[in-house]
Amino acid sequence: MERHFERELEGLKTMLMKMASMAEDNYHLGIRSVLEKDKKLAELTDVRVDALEMEIDNAIVDILALQKPVASDLRLIIAAQKINNDLERISDHAVNIAQSALTLADSPHIMSMMNIPTMAERTRAMLRDSLDAFLYLDPEKARAVCKQDDQIDDMNRSNARDVIGLIGAKTLPVEEALDLIRVSRNLERVADLATNIAEEVVFLTQARNIKHHAEEHRPR
Amino acid sequence: MDNIIIQTRRLNLYYGTFHALTDIDIDIEARKITALIGPSGCGKSTLVRVFNRMNDLIEGVSVTGDVRVQGAEIFRPDADLIELRKRVGMVFQRPNPFPLSVSENITFGLEIHRSRPRQEFGVVVEEALRSVLLWDDLKDRLKGSALGLSLEQQQRLCIARVLTMKPEIILMDEPCSALDPIATLRIEELMRELKKQYTIVIVTHNMQQAARVSDYTAFLYLGEIVEFGETKQIFTAPRQKRTEDYITGRFG
Repeated sequence: MERHFERELEGLKTMLMKMASMAEDNYHLGIRSVLEKDKKLAELTDVRVDALEMEIDNAIVDILALQKPVASDLRLIIAAQKINNDLERISDHAVNIAQSALTLADSPHIMSMMNIPTMAERTRAMLRDSLDAFLYLDPEKARAVCKQDDQIDDMNRSNARDVIGLIGAKTLPVEEALDLIRVSRNLERVADLATNIAEEVVFLTQARNIKHHAEEHRPR
Repeated sequence: MDNIIIQTRRLNLYYGTFHALTDIDIDIEARKITALIGPSGCGKSTLVRVFNRMNDLIEGVSVTGDVRVQGAEIFRPDADLIELRKRVGMVFQRPNPFPLSVSENITFGLEIHRSRPRQEFGVVVEEALRSVLLWDDLKDRLKGSALGLSLEQQQRLCIARVLTMKPEIILMDEPCSALDPIATLRIEELMRELKKQYTIVIVTHNMQQAARVSDYTAFLYLGEIVEFGETKQIFTAPRQKRTEDYITGRFG
């Protein structure tokens, strides 16, 4: 007999996957608005994501209060709460990226920032893999995501250096420079949040906290 | 785990031909609360009753293996059962005060064992009732019948009665199952106080109670210990699938 509680957990997972899909869509739109210089796409908002985030928050509070989950159920609820928050912030970053696209749409310099398309694609893959890891409860896939975060950080630093170089050479207006840094910085944050999601998947599936390289410092 | 007060090795118990406990190895730490959980018939009450040999009262029981309380093998032929049951007291599912006054319930064991002079009884009664937080409620009703108390008060009185024998270990077999939720929480608070001085082993069907009150939890199934560990580990990340299925309600 399927328990009422299991149906509630399934309902929560379904809402979270919908949230993931909306956050991913926003990310794609944000990136396309920059890379395709599409001002229409740049009018991105995340009100639906915000509303769903609150709906999921409420569902989690209800489950905690009424079902008192333990063991893997408890870990799922805790992971879901954090992933929900991560997804909402990913969507925020997508909106930030889209806002920068409005400035950059008229700029000829974007293509000189060759790291941006690569960084966007790698970040997209990290996000996709972290969400797949959650959907299929795959800790190995999640751990593979965590290993990629340093590369994105390096790209972000490299972009900042490039932009500073262009400003120094007076070949890039400051406003565009700031938006290029902003795009890069927001991509780097999305990769961080994808890494957070992957870390939550490891916690959920293996009951291990691997944040801040905890396993390397304190082997269990 | 250090300071082990109860230890079993390859403990097996049979009711006639029925194999009720199989190869139980468990270490119970002193001045901690250890909870035994598991479905009905899993052997948790049988196990807790091994620790003061209460099962001896059941016909056809046989035990093999090693059971040590404070280092001494309790099934050795010359074991002093009365001494064992003074050291290992027991509180039962339903409060079972004697049909005597409140104070006579407390001093009953002292009378039997003649372990304290009568003139000290007044002090003993007060100490015992204070330790279970009943003194203020009952100090003016000491000669009243214990059967007139609320169920929670009766259960506290039964715990006080155990404490007068100066036990090291208190076994509790579903001590809150007859109580309402508020009384249950108050008894749990009392258990937390008592563990400063006593070792408590509690059998409970209420998993939230095990989670709230115990330091260690053993999950028993079909007479075996499936998993034994720190309560916070058992309830957040159990290692065995059967434990996970049981505590999350997916069992069977």
